[in-house]
Amino acid sequence: MKSSVQTLPPSSDDQFKSQLDKRYNIDRIFQAISWIATFSGIVVLTILIIGILSQGLSTLSFDFLTSPPSRQPDRAGVWPAFLGSIFLVIITGAVSFPIGVGSGIFLQEFARENKLAKVIEINISNLAAVPSIIYGLLGLFVFARLMSAITGGRSVLSGGLTLALLILPVIIVATREALKAVPDSIRQAGMALGATEWQTVRTHVLPQAIPGIMTGTILALSRAIGETAPIIAVGAAAFVPFAPEFSIEGLQEPAFTAMPIQIFNWVSRPQEEFHTIAASAIIILMIVLLAMNATAILLRNRFQNSR
Amino acid sequence: MTESVFKDSASEGADQSGLWQPNRSASKLSQKAVVILFGAFAMVSVFTTFGIIFTLLFETIEFFREVSIIEFFTATRWTALFANPEFGVMVLMCGTFLTSVIGLIIAIPLGLLSAICLSEYAPRQLRKVLKPALELLAGVPTVVFGYFALLLVTPFLRSFIPDMSIFNALSAGIVLGFAILPTIASLSEDAIFAVPSSLRQGSYALGSTKRETITGVVLPAALSGIVASIILGVARAVGETMIVTLAAGQSPTLTLDPRVSVQTMTSFIVQVTKGDAPYGTIEFKTLFAVGMTLFVITLILNIFSFWFVRKYQEKYE
Amino acid sequence: MQPKTSAPTVNAKTDSIFTVEDTSYYYGSFKAVRGVTLEIASHEITALIGPSGCGKSTVLRCFNRLNDLIPGAHIEGRIAYRGVDIYNKGVDPTELRRRIGMVFQKPNPFPKPIYDNVAYGARINGYQGDMDELVEKSLRQAALWDEVKDKLKDSGLSLSGGQQQRLCIARAIAIAPEVILMDEPCSALDPISTLKIEELMHQLKENYTIIIVTHNMQQATRVSDKTAFFNAEAMESGSKVGYLVEYDTTKNIFNNPQSDYTRDYVSGRFG
Repeated sequence: MKSSVQTLPPSSDDQFKSQLDKRYNIDRIFQAISWIATFSGIVVLTILIIGILSQGLSTLSFDFLTSPPSRQPDRAGVWPAFLGSIFLVIITGAVSFPIGVGSGIFLQEFARENKLAKVIEINISNLAAVPSIIYGLLGLFVFARLMSAITGGRSVLSGGLTLALLILPVIIVATREALKAVPDSIRQAGMALGATEWQTVRTHVLPQAIPGIMTGTILALSRAIGETAPIIAVGAAAFVPFAPEFSIEGLQEPAFTAMPIQIFNWVSRPQEEFHTIAASAIIILMIVLLAMNATAILLRNRFQNSR
Repeated sequence: MTESVFKDSASEGADQSGLWQPNRSASKLSQKAVVILFGAFAMVSVFTTFGIIFTLLFETIEFFREVSIIEFFTATRWTALFANPEFGVMVLMCGTFLTSVIGLIIAIPLGLLSAICLSEYAPRQLRKVLKPALELLAGVPTVVFGYFALLLVTPFLRSFIPDMSIFNALSAGIVLGFAILPTIASLSEDAIFAVPSSLRQGSYALGSTKRETITGVVLPAALSGIVASIILGVARAVGETMIVTLAAGQSPTLTLDPRVSVQTMTSFIVQVTKGDAPYGTIEFKTLFAVGMTLFVITLILNIFSFWFVRKYQEKYE
Repeated sequence: MQPKTSAPTVNAKTDSIFTVEDTSYYYGSFKAVRGVTLEIASHEITALIGPSGCGKSTVLRCFNRLNDLIPGAHIEGRIAYRGVDIYNKGVDPTELRRRIGMVFQKPNPFPKPIYDNVAYGARINGYQGDMDELVEKSLRQAALWDEVKDKLKDSGLSLSGGQQQRLCIARAIAIAPEVILMDEPCSALDPISTLKIEELMHQLKENYTIIIVTHNMQQATRVSDKTAFFNAEAMESGSKVGYLVEYDTTKNIFNNPQSDYTRDYVSGRFG
């Protein structure tokens, strides 16, 4: 076989100036720029992680986790904030999960063509664009003030309810997506056997949709853990030296704190030592987030593979 | 007529063995109860919206009983927490504007180019690693980004930019950009991915290069989705709180100089709520007036996005 | 029965635009079509017919190297365009595709105004002349000008299916190709639009060479000068590989086929 290099014979039409070399050069530049852009985000992430680890690892210890905060940075710990975050997640989850999943089932299974459903849908997508601090103002006004008899004012209960409203749209959407993915044939099989819509959903559709719902919920809750603005607005203070009690009174205690608040407070102080323990607190927070996200992804993969 | 037929067959002998005892009325009842209950749950989101609007409106009206609307929108100083307060919300909006614009200058090009790279240039295996990495960036809490901005980015910038103060809009804006980059990248990528391959093939068949196909055919075809992602990015930038609070400072300044400390609408809200302003005071009401302004801005952005997508979205069968 | 391949006698007057020499078409390690040899004569319409799955589209898409876009697709053998091996290192596929246009099975106009649809290829390839003239000329050649001359600013997607396909033809001929490849161009259209496009093909033949893949045998008889009949045979692995059974003038293929397979296919016994 001849391996000589041939080019196309010149075209009879000379009205086109192809300028292929110039065009290919622009192609190469464009491609390079797009790669740089993609890696810029990753580079920033890497710098961030390295920065935090280098500053915070040294002061990270079990004592740090279990001590109360203090005016002296070398004795300060995050225990009340850590517990506060856990309380918040429990309350948020307990409220938003049933309401979110129920709403999702309603919108996706019972009321699909309904005009009311359309209004609710538009409403939910609107809520997704509302800044989280506005939810904080809502919580401040409704939960901390109007409903202070029940919630105890600016308490962890108010904070949890506020966060629940914040992540509700996320859980609703995740539920609907998970339900959408279940093939219609399953619903039709159930109905053909004489089951009501709810029975079909409960026994046939939901079990298949649960992994997707759980994944979406865990991701939503991991978002809630990191939220700072709404709970500041509701009244999370930064210097709460005692750990919250898990009782009705404890939940209604009109003072609470959480990990993001503690971090915020320490970063705001001018002393370098506080910055260091802020980094340590961030590491703890990120570990929790990583664990939650990993769980969600594992769940998603496990059930996707078992189909 | 139909009812009696069924009744007859049921009683006559459709099942005489007694093995089948469906409790149809109980099932129907539980169906009804569940629909009502879940419907009520779905209404919670509607009540949330109403709650937000009511909350903001209520205290905003109270606010405007004490402060004139004209002053609110035209005054050029914001000294809300001082003895003789002046309420020019323009100052706060300027702070929001400055940090958001800096952030968007970073997030829009980088986000869009990342989306293009991920969907058009990256090989499949690499994409499996890069996409989760970007999602990781999206999952970082904004307070952590605030730490990054104040304690890592600002010292770096100060080392070579003259007259750069510790609290400044540039640092906050840059980090803000990277915080919302994943949003724009992810949604734009969905839009680009949805462009049918038949359009790409039609472009290649005309003798166009890959870049020409992307810029000439794919991006215009994905336009409505890309614009929607950008608008969502803008809304996020405007509503962002922790990064600007930590890094841009609390000094309301009417300026376009990014080296100076500014205060955004969101960081003002944080400043007041942190200070435990008592109910009924003018500071408390100011919170909601500023919140209302912020809410209206994001609402307008959202409506615009909705309208734009409706108008320009191409439907490919 | 041994399948017979026959090459048509090349008429000394028409020159051949494409020569395919014993070329096999692969996707990765899967051989989709084996050993094809044929010549495409210029200013003629050549139809590739055969049952589905025998690789006609694959063969067609390799003429303008559009198949390169599919990862793993490659050929063994030689496909020459005006004597030059198109898979040679020195040949730029982008340049090749300017000379060889393509119309697809499902009309795929860009979501742009009609004017810009036609002008797109010309702009990219650096057209030096008057764009308005070019757009009008192309739309006239595609028998679409009268229907759209007042709405050039409307989106290409606002046209009917048949009109969209003619727009795609106008778009292809705007860059003055020598050859137009058509991959089942009428299969998504109604009968009236189909007839319009078939008339169009006869007019286009004066200026272009056309290679068309079609499922519709009657269409092949109506429009093409030469016909290549492809079939598929089963392999031990269970998959099928396509091959060229017979290649002759359309008249011979349909009235006097040499191969029994050909006779069976054109008389409707299978496929």
